[in-house]
Amino acid sequence: MDKTDERLLEQIAELHGVPEGSYNIRKNGESIARNSNADIEIVSKADKSGIDIIVKPNVKNKSVHIPVLITAGDFHDVVYNDFYVGKNSDVTIVAGCGIHNCGSGDSVHDGIHTFHLEEGAKVRYVERHVGSGDGSGGKNFFPVTKVFQKDNSVMIMETTQLGGVTDTVRKTTATLRGNAKLLVKEKLLTDGNERAVSDFDVKLLGADSSADIISRSVARGKSYQHFKSRLIGKNRCFGHVECDGILTDSARICSTPAIDAAHSDASLVHEAAIGKIAGEQLLKLMTLGLDEKQAEDTIIHGFLD
Amino acid sequence: MIELKNVSFGVKDGNAEEQKIILSNVNLTVPDNCITAITGQNGGGKSTLMKLLMGIEKPTGGKIFYNGKDITDMNVTERARMGFSIAFQQPVRFKGITVKKLLSLASGKESDVGTLCNYLSAVGLCAKDYVNREIDSTLSGGELKRIELASAIAKGGDVFLLDEPEAGIDLWSFEELINTFLGLKDKSVIIVTHQKKILDVADNIILVNHNAPPELGEREKMLPKLAENETCGRLKR
Repeated sequence: MDKTDERLLEQIAELHGVPEGSYNIRKNGESIARNSNADIEIVSKADKSGIDIIVKPNVKNKSVHIPVLITAGDFHDVVYNDFYVGKNSDVTIVAGCGIHNCGSGDSVHDGIHTFHLEEGAKVRYVERHVGSGDGSGGKNFFPVTKVFQKDNSVMIMETTQLGGVTDTVRKTTATLRGNAKLLVKEKLLTDGNERAVSDFDVKLLGADSSADIISRSVARGKSYQHFKSRLIGKNRCFGHVECDGILTDSARICSTPAIDAAHSDASLVHEAAIGKIAGEQLLKLMTLGLDEKQAEDTIIHGFLD
Repeated sequence: MIELKNVSFGVKDGNAEEQKIILSNVNLTVPDNCITAITGQNGGGKSTLMKLLMGIEKPTGGKIFYNGKDITDMNVTERARMGFSIAFQQPVRFKGITVKKLLSLASGKESDVGTLCNYLSAVGLCAKDYVNREIDSTLSGGELKRIELASAIAKGGDVFLLDEPEAGIDLWSFEELINTFLGLKDKSVIIVTHQKKILDVADNIILVNHNAPPELGEREKMLPKLAENETCGRLKR
């Protein structure tokens, strides 16, 4: 690993060198380091590029890191990672991808992740996307996340993409059985001519299942964001979708939340608010001695922190 | 010492050609090291006067001086850095900014729990319950108002502009709040208020009404004038 790799690893996974526990580090389409153990097994797929991550039942407080680095220009990386999370286990999975592209061709990462949570399993999934490099080629991400949650399972998904990514379309689907819980916290910042589309499709199938999807985003420059969500309640359930967007410059944010209560005891809520930073907020911070730029940065930083 | 010389302020009302005059030819000298209360009718221009002092609005005529220096053209940030501190009548909420962060921004340095506790206890709040709370819609109006005051205290400076600080504060904490104002007496404290209890601790009172230019005088001289004024009948006791 060189300096660029180390910097990207730190940004996407807060790692300094190799992590503790299970890990798989993928660089330019190849696995360059791996540690598999009795609790969390990592196995290469035979039929396509990618790995199976198998968390044994009752494994508690363990973590697995699967960062992806792309430093080659004009490179399209497609990877299929399947997570099998055993009954009553409780693990943190840190994924994420850093693309450093100094070339003129686009570098693209398509991470297709499928999660199978057994009964009572709990997963905290952290995913960061980072783009860097001053080449004219795009730093593009098209992640697909599919989540299948059995009874009493909990999935916490924290996705962060704070600039540098040219184009991204993130698709997330989830189906939840009885008393399963899904919590999504999305943080997004786009600038320049970047585009980011976030698309959620969540089905609350089991009794007392619940989903809480919270997206906070900032669009700067001429960037464009589209937040789409479809939440369907087919049982006694609770669902909440919240999209908060701050606009600066001549950026654009579109939000199209859809909620569909297909059961008389389904309770679904959506909230969306998009707009400039309120003048009163800037003013308050300026009365504390900040100039307008510092006030704006402070508000955006707090909003996305 | 703050001096207003022939200060006027007007706003254009919609598409109307003519300006609506809010304040006209105001001449006031606000002395240092004392509490000056501004009171008077609703819509008389009290909050406008505060905005002019903080640089949020610029006079349409006249000049404002601070310690002999013309500050008329100085903006909000410049006045804040010069030592002006304001607590707004209607504080704003922030998603994602905690009480700790706001008070640290106000004081200009990362504050430890002990320091935060000093700022918050001055406004009757317990630090451990609040430092990590976001300044969002989970705070009540009264809590928000107290945090606003705490931010002005944390910011510090030589001139404190407090716009109806008592609004939304429960009556049984009122005495403590007045003690906090008295604790700032070595600075210039200018308080917009309708509360008799605050007028009673003020050294000077500025009466702002529609029909006459604002008038500043010592409390004992001004209280009888308030009594004559119909506004006084509405003062809360």
